[in-house]
Amino acid sequence: MQIIVGVDGSEGGMQTLEEAVARAQAADDDLTVAVYSPEGSAADVEAAVRNRLDALGFDARIQVLDGDPGARLVDVAQREEYDRIVLSGGHVSPLGKVQVDSVIEFVLLNAHTTVTLVR
Amino acid sequence: MMDRFPGDPVDGFPAPPRTFTDSEGREIELREVDPGAVEALVEMYLAFDPQDRAQGIPPVSEDAIREWLDVVTGPEAFGVVASHGDSAVGHVMLVSDERGAYELAIFVLQDYQGAHIGTELIRTALGLAEREGIERVWLSVERWNSPAISLYRKVGFERVGDESFELEMALRLDTHNQTERVG
Repeated sequence: MQIIVGVDGSEGGMQTLEEAVARAQAADDDLTVAVYSPEGSAADVEAAVRNRLDALGFDARIQVLDGDPGARLVDVAQREEYDRIVLSGGHVSPLGKVQVDSVIEFVLLNAHTTVTLVR
Repeated sequence: MMDRFPGDPVDGFPAPPRTFTDSEGREIELREVDPGAVEALVEMYLAFDPQDRAQGIPPVSEDAIREWLDVVTGPEAFGVVASHGDSAVGHVMLVSDERGAYELAIFVLQDYQGAHIGTELIRTALGLAEREGIERVWLSVERWNSPAISLYRKVGFERVGDESFELEMALRLDTHNQTERVG
């Protein structure tokens, strides 16, 4: 399968990357990492992702999402015929509430591609 | 994380301990949460109706409930428990975020909903927060949960932030006098 995983600079994003890599290794899937940064620099996120992939010894394509990350992810997934979008399942607030950010919400509501949220 | 708060403070909240009679005629005690309240809270959350869960809390299993209560009744937190006799029937918690504001959440057991316990619990928790010198309180709520949203609005929370599945609300407490005294 062709998988695209969306990774922002958050801890949850990096955990999601690791889960997606483990799954891709087990299933022999082809993985693309779409990096974005809601606040701050996407280049920093890209560097962190590259380091993590090196550490995991896994080769994946990295694509930087410019503009609105949710809209771009939906667009790229459909245009390039990915089978699945993988995203972090949201942040956890100080008292434990799951919070779904606007990127995740946009993708869930708009993607025609199957979406997996990692918790 | 929440970084926008209303400019005008809200005050006049009662602090615990206090008792009141709910609209069903039940005498309800409101006390600050202490370690002795934890077992009653575990029982309350084990009895909680799954459809009243919000954004993943309370957790389902007893182990997860205890682990979660460790956080929300821990040193970075304040809380008020509503009791009817020996049973905990409602709980409001305030947990510190990394910016010195406090996130609030409230749960009321199904049989005790719609009896003004939620309103009194949250007002009392804000009275406790005011007494503790907490100035900024925020919460997130699923945007289809209109009973909760109107409760929060009634006690003075205002909507802030962008709409998502959850909307965020915030309130500024009037700790001005206390701050001046300290300063």
